[in-house]
Amino acid sequence: MNKRTERIRELASNLLKEGTVEMVIGFGRGTTPMATRPDIARTPEDVEKLVWNSNCSLNLANYLTDRKGQIGIIAKGCDSRNIVNHIVENKILREQLYIIGVPCTGMVDKVRLAALCDEEILEYTEDGEGSITLKTASGKKEAAKEDYLKPNCATCMHRNPVIYDDLAADLVDEPEIEDQFADVKAIEAMAPKEKWDYFDDLVNECIRCYACRNACPLCFCPTCFVDESGPQWVGKGQSETDVKTFHFLRAYHCAGRCTDCGACVEACPMDINVRAFTRKLVKDSLEIYDWEAGLDMEKRPPLDTFNPNDPDDFIK
Amino acid sequence: MKYIRIDKQAWDSGMDRAGKSYQLFGPVKSREHHVFQRLEDGQLPDMGAINTVLSPKSVLFPQTEKILETTLDESQPDHHIMKRAGADYSPRAVIGIAPCDARAVELLNLNFDTDEYKDPYWCDAYAATTFVGLAVTVPSIYDFTVSAGSGPFAEEGLDILLADCKDSYLAKVLTDKGRAFADAAGFENEEDSKKAEDIFKTMKEEAEAGITSAIETDQLREKNLLDLHQAPFWEDIAFSCINCGTCTFVCPTCWCFDIQDETKGTNSIRIRNWDTCMSPLFTLHGSGHNPRSESTQRVRQRFMHKLKYFVDKYDQGTMCVGCGRCVEHCPVNIDIRRVCNTMNAYEPEKP
Repeated sequence: MNKRTERIRELASNLLKEGTVEMVIGFGRGTTPMATRPDIARTPEDVEKLVWNSNCSLNLANYLTDRKGQIGIIAKGCDSRNIVNHIVENKILREQLYIIGVPCTGMVDKVRLAALCDEEILEYTEDGEGSITLKTASGKKEAAKEDYLKPNCATCMHRNPVIYDDLAADLVDEPEIEDQFADVKAIEAMAPKEKWDYFDDLVNECIRCYACRNACPLCFCPTCFVDESGPQWVGKGQSETDVKTFHFLRAYHCAGRCTDCGACVEACPMDINVRAFTRKLVKDSLEIYDWEAGLDMEKRPPLDTFNPNDPDDFIK
Repeated sequence: MKYIRIDKQAWDSGMDRAGKSYQLFGPVKSREHHVFQRLEDGQLPDMGAINTVLSPKSVLFPQTEKILETTLDESQPDHHIMKRAGADYSPRAVIGIAPCDARAVELLNLNFDTDEYKDPYWCDAYAATTFVGLAVTVPSIYDFTVSAGSGPFAEEGLDILLADCKDSYLAKVLTDKGRAFADAAGFENEEDSKKAEDIFKTMKEEAEAGITSAIETDQLREKNLLDLHQAPFWEDIAFSCINCGTCTFVCPTCWCFDIQDETKGTNSIRIRNWDTCMSPLFTLHGSGHNPRSESTQRVRQRFMHKLKYFVDKYDQGTMCVGCGRCVEHCPVNIDIRRVCNTMNAYEPEKP
């Protein structure tokens, strides 16, 4: 058992024993290689279910929406930023939460690790020092974790939780990323036709399972616009227009809110890089409003506030 | 039973020939995964695909299918009268379908082709289709087909079963449709039946021995439906569920659909789309009432349908063929094997 797991269990167990919280939301062991499952511990014994490794890619803030009572939650950098979002957007109260922060060293990209092996991965192990071993039918393959980080982890500069009540490990150094938006710039540089083709190709396999939306902690609307049925706003079929309408509108609804946690990509069964939409908005938020989502509980997000000194005339 | 030996060199040209009289569908690599697709002229199925993300059910039951159409142009005599939309039901062949996916097609038949009601779209597509299966020689860790009533060499629902013998395929021709396909492809190098049977038997045993996971289903039919429905484990099973449609869309046996009307100008169509019981819209009534408004109820529905209601209604095993797709692709690792075994072992507390 790695140290983070050990410490998470110890802290969670204490919280449950002392009655500080009614439940602790964390990651449980998965049933297949490279899988974890968002899980819940309600008793001190339950904490044995909790684990921490480089496959804890989903965002646990997603499990906080409108939840009642006192809650313990395990949070890496991005989860904590989405917890801040949740607090700012009134989906949960800070007082309800006991946050066990986990300084994060990034999560691994399962798709690229699978591609590294010609065969199916039978077992995945990591030594906690940055080395990964993959077992296949014909042998073992070693990989360095830093070479196989999920793309959003590779450009992440907020690995440490931004709010927490306790920590499961020492804080880690925040990396300096020289150009964190190289991918967005590459798309921005495309000619209109090329850009159109790029996004055409990006979503052409979308099956509208909405895993991206449902894994996203921002997508908490009681009824999503694509699910409105009286009247219906968007067609339900696989028509290109309807598929794109879903992706474009969802992305814009995340503007100034997206923490680039990558849960959407992680959840997509068709390996669609859904972040290609939201990344542009992350970049624009930073450039236009000097804003990164989920860092500050005291400030209103730029798109839900108004400033009389706004430099743009149209708003005055 | 007729067996044919197909040299792999001859396979490609056979596909070309078959493509002249059949629309071919097969696994194709896309990004880092495989999907079933209509093969273009000269495009070959990727027979090395481990498992396609989506099952080939879409060949007969597309995610969106135009079923009726009409014109809203009142100058036309038949305006506003819905008529069946045209579709191409010329012969088609699904190449490289896994045996468990072929069993799944047979299970879909139980719903779409009954004595009382025959779904014309499904029935016409089914009649037009030849299933050329590829036996699984190296089962995936997600494969639990044997315990789900199928297996790596199962023949149910197939017209031809191919076994990959390195330099060649050994084809077991199972039906007249299969024979017609082999003829169209020019596969005629007949193999001695006794010898071929032995090879199949050995390969089948080896493949089945390679399966590492299973479900237990023997008690499901005996269980009291309401006991299972009211069992306390559903909340824990459903906790992680985000209610996306991944499990239902990747499933080869999920058959639920939704009907929608769409108009553009004076053209009006009625389409049917795959539906998913994971969505709150699935059971939303016109009144606004939703009998399955909670996520837990929807998760329970999916498993109860596959592992209890279906079992009770049809007595043909579970509505799961063990392909493992939902296990592999569920973003939050809800594992039907674990759920099935939990249901199978459940004993309610005595009052």
